[in-house]
Amino acid sequence: MINKIGKITIDCAFHLGRCYLMIKKMFFWFFHSKLEKREVFKQTVRVGVESIGVVLLTSLFTGMVLALQTGYTSKNLFNEPLYVGTVVGFSLIKELAPVLTAVVVTGRVGSNITAEIGTMVITEQVDALYTLGTNPSTYLLIPRYLAFLIALPILTLFANVIGILGGFAVSYIKLGISSTVYFDDIFQYMEVKDFIHGFIKTFFFGFAIATISSYKGLYASGGAEGVGKATTDSVVLSMIFIFVIDYFVSSLLVIFGIT
Amino acid sequence: MIEVRNLTKIYSSQKILDNISVDIKDGEIFTIIGPSGIGKSTFLKSIIKLINPEYGKVIIDGVDILSLKTEFEIQNVRKNFGYLFQGGALFDSLNVWENVSFGLKYLTNIDEKKYFEVAREKLELVGLKGVEYKKINELSGGMKKRVALARAIAHNPKYILYDEPTTGLDPISSEVITELIKEMSLKLKVTSIVVTHDIKLALTISSRVAVLNAGKFVEVDTPQNIKNSSNEFVRDFISTSFI
Repeated sequence: MINKIGKITIDCAFHLGRCYLMIKKMFFWFFHSKLEKREVFKQTVRVGVESIGVVLLTSLFTGMVLALQTGYTSKNLFNEPLYVGTVVGFSLIKELAPVLTAVVVTGRVGSNITAEIGTMVITEQVDALYTLGTNPSTYLLIPRYLAFLIALPILTLFANVIGILGGFAVSYIKLGISSTVYFDDIFQYMEVKDFIHGFIKTFFFGFAIATISSYKGLYASGGAEGVGKATTDSVVLSMIFIFVIDYFVSSLLVIFGIT
Repeated sequence: MIEVRNLTKIYSSQKILDNISVDIKDGEIFTIIGPSGIGKSTFLKSIIKLINPEYGKVIIDGVDILSLKTEFEIQNVRKNFGYLFQGGALFDSLNVWENVSFGLKYLTNIDEKKYFEVAREKLELVGLKGVEYKKINELSGGMKKRVALARAIAHNPKYILYDEPTTGLDPISSEVITELIKEMSLKLKVTSIVVTHDIKLALTISSRVAVLNAGKFVEVDTPQNIKNSSNEFVRDFISTSFI
């Protein structure tokens, strides 16, 4: 038992240390090399465009089900569907849109990036980068980090809008709530800092997904099987980290009064 | 000139390269042969510090690359090298000419507008015409090796490192690549280090051949002397390879 705990501790320390060095190197090259603008654009389009359909669909139905549940629950309790817009708006903007968008992007693009970089490692394409005068930090990591940091907040904005509209559609059609009431319920209670609360988290999620998917790809080994395992690990780990980060960043934002 | 001194690489407490010392002279084709998994590619990668050996020196034109600390210093030495990887290591996301010209941006001061021209010129040099816009997955194994070679020579390096250049190719493609290595050496006046277990290639085009076994060069000599070697391992290795 003690041996097992010891091994897990050593493994964790090893991976954390190696991951720290990867990030440190990435920052070093960010300030000491020319930005690969074409790659940044390519990767941003990839993260944004590849995920937008799934993100919007997820967000639309989340908004719809939130409105449905809130409406019928409050109808049962108060004989009237109260504060549906408020619940849908707050839930989406502060929590569900950022978290669900990050989860969808992890599954759609994070896995793809791990598989791509992992394959590049195994087929010596990463070594080739060194022999051709560049390095994986400049050519692979920085564009992917920037792509996540640019695309994820934008995708979350879209998710917010579509989720709220989905909630409105259900409120109007199924619950008979007028648009004035629904949107008043949102904007009467919501402040800019509520929006910022959710928005700030997307940057942390983007950084985490970029780190985990790149790290798992860069250190993939053992041929095609190894790449497959790295890809699965990357998705699972990213999802866990999204939820863990969500709690801690939310707590931190509360401390700073951004609630 | 490349001077290798006491090069030692250890994997899982096993010495893959054991205190190897050798001088590789300018302009020669230096070929390393030996059984699979014996450390030939490790030796090649150590020369440009793609792998960090435990001990030793690799002095390239007076600079010990293994003692260099910063990526900028290492890069400065590496730019003198072209590297042909075993599987080509071409970037799947780019087409042929983008692959060939990839290093020009980082290794030369050539105007970006001339990249295509340079790529086409190098592709012609390796016998490829009209493939500039092809995707990598549209190429045959032999063509991929030739594109990879065009990429390796695009920035006019002083040294070219070949890692198993003929592995996985049919006899005709192997012959073509073998001839190209010889041609590159003559036309471009480069120093070539070839890692292979293609004995025919080694004995046909090399200036000198080194036989690697158990972490050491058991013999370094001209192809003729290697053929007539008195070393039992070398004799066995060559004769079984020909069978």
